Amino acid sequence: MFGKKRVAIVGAGVTLFRRNLKETGKELAYHAAKMALEQAGMELRDIKSVVLGSAPDAFDGVHMKGEYLADGAGAYHKPYMRVFVGGGTGVFAPLAGWWHVASGQFDTCLVVCEEKMSSCFPHPQYAFTTIFDPILERPIGMNLIWIFALEMHRYMHKHNIKKEDIALVSVKNKRNALDNPIAQLGANITVEDVLNSEIMAWPVQRLDVSPTSDGAAAVVLVSEDVAKEVTDNPVWIDGVGWCIDSTHWTNRDLYYPDYVEYAARMAYKMAGIKNPPKEIDVAEPYDPFDYKELHHMEGLLLCRKGEAPKLTREGVTQRDGDLPICPSGGLLGCGNPIAAAGLMKVCEIFWQLRGEAGKRQVPGDPRTGIAQAWGDLMQYGSVIVLRR
Amino acid sequence: MSLEKITNPLNVRHWMGHMEAEYRYTLGLAGERFFKEIKENGRIMGAKCPRCGIIFVPPRLYCERCFARLEEWVDVGKCGEIYTYTIATIDVDGKKLEKPQIYALIKFEGAYGGLIHRICEADNVYIGMKVEAVFKPPNERKASINDIAYFKPVE
Amino acid sequence: MSVKIKHFPGEEIETRDFREGRVLFESFRPKARYAWSAGIAISRFLEELKNGRILASTCSKCGRIMVPPRIYCEKCFKPTDGWTYVKDTGVINTFSVSFIASDASRLKEPIVVAVIELDGASEGMGIVHLIDEYGDWRELKIGMRVQAVWKPPEERTGAITDIKYFKPVRE
Repeated sequence: MFGKKRVAIVGAGVTLFRRNLKETGKELAYHAAKMALEQAGMELRDIKSVVLGSAPDAFDGVHMKGEYLADGAGAYHKPYMRVFVGGGTGVFAPLAGWWHVASGQFDTCLVVCEEKMSSCFPHPQYAFTTIFDPILERPIGMNLIWIFALEMHRYMHKHNIKKEDIALVSVKNKRNALDNPIAQLGANITVEDVLNSEIMAWPVQRLDVSPTSDGAAAVVLVSEDVAKEVTDNPVWIDGVGWCIDSTHWTNRDLYYPDYVEYAARMAYKMAGIKNPPKEIDVAEPYDPFDYKELHHMEGLLLCRKGEAPKLTREGVTQRDGDLPICPSGGLLGCGNPIAAAGLMKVCEIFWQLRGEAGKRQVPGDPRTGIAQAWGDLMQYGSVIVLRR
Repeated sequence: MSLEKITNPLNVRHWMGHMEAEYRYTLGLAGERFFKEIKENGRIMGAKCPRCGIIFVPPRLYCERCFARLEEWVDVGKCGEIYTYTIATIDVDGKKLEKPQIYALIKFEGAYGGLIHRICEADNVYIGMKVEAVFKPPNERKASINDIAYFKPVE
Repeated sequence: MSVKIKHFPGEEIETRDFREGRVLFESFRPKARYAWSAGIAISRFLEELKNGRILASTCSKCGRIMVPPRIYCEKCFKPTDGWTYVKDTGVINTFSVSFIASDASRLKEPIVVAVIELDGASEGMGIVHLIDEYGDWRELKIGMRVQAVWKPPEERTGAITDIKYFKPVRE
């Protein structure tokens, strides 16, 4: 065990994910935080520290977004921290929460993630362009979809992968999302639908992409002493890992995310996992695009490099397969309110391990699950291992 | 290479640009009700926490202290007291204003928090001064904080 | 998304609700202008682009020849030791054919963007730029050789756009 205390998740909450929600960012954070507390059977006064994760201020349009959201996240007069690593935030926030409790400093920590991308008008796409180098990349007219397209193309080229195989991920996840009450885009589509959808930046087509969304999620973390008092069914955080690469993304081969592998190894070592595909029962890798699920399956060492499309074709990653991937419907099916999306995946694993996932429940009494998020300029990975 | 201090970023090799963005902020569940009351009824409302007893102005969805949902709304009246104020002489771009403008934080009796607004028709201002809201005519209101034109001293 | 939770909060609204006055909002357009310092390495890089040359920096410890150049090697975490020129020819490492512009609007004629590994730099060292004069985009391939097409010297200003684009070269 790493750290002074073992840390458990005892409650979780998620709002609806939609393109436009009426609530302000504060109100979204409150909805999720309140729900997580109620699920844990705890009050705000039981919370000793708060971590908030939220991606760029440029989406919500409030500078110092962490400070703005603090009271909605229950942080009034409490020790508080905001973390931000782009898309990796949703899994990194509970990692930061883990530090608070595992260190022995705090017995409880409320972790909240929120995103209100609809404030950026007419489309948050334009705020994304400021991620690129202002001198060497923006003058060329860089667009975020381009960078995904460049990575996807390299991955396809390296392993000779066809679009048909990648499209299977979008089909699977959107179908899984039909059983998810918070999902924005659950649908029954076919591979043909994906291949016939509008070309955005080849090889990326419209149905390969997740949408922008508003939403929030939250989890309550407690030390083992408190877990005993609060629940019979704690889910333990047994492994944490995180890693970043540089923004010199044109200097590395984009076909494989090394930084995800390093984060995964760190988490697996802590959790004592030696054979990931055998020891992990369910996984929620980050899937803002369909090819990313495959890319991350390989980075998470759930299969060999280039093997992920084959496993998908063979149905291994379906809910009733040997290694269910994204039973929640992922970002492709639920929507992508950046930080909240990653934390939603952690919530999904939490509920899967507790057997509370209803129609989405993976059979076979899963005991070990992982969630992973990815972010910034093709450079960041965060991984969490949960166990019952 | 010169080692002299450079304070203007335009004096080093640089690349100029701007960050384009436009924002639309929803008023939210509590905000919509607050501003509708201002627009349609000319009323300033607060929200009361059932547990802590605090009345929040502006009203919100939840109590920041105990996290209870706030369902009870109260009219806090149109009169308040200046808690603090400043006299602005430049605008948001740094240009000199034609006439100085007084901005104050106005608190309402029995309520926690307050509204930031302009003070006009005042020869002198002091902390503790009683002021009342002057609303724009109903047909000019847009459900905005500027539906209140300004606060003026109570006679 | 637990079976124990009956209600998931959130009031959905449509984009047209804003236009049609069914939801109340405030709008704001920030004025944000920037003068980004190019820094020591990129200032030299831009100056050399004006001269029609591509500059790289070298690290004596790991031996990498790095472009875009930098004053520290991020792997060895020490200052880079030298400068050298790399060629304005290279190989396409990856590319995309985009039918959307940076503001998400649709384009009739696509823009082709690519990562180009430059000859003379370490393996895998690329820069991002545009590809043009390619004929049919469906015939573009990863691994194709390309050559920079420069603006005439009098039009260069010391910018990445002093190179207009890269074009495929027949072997």
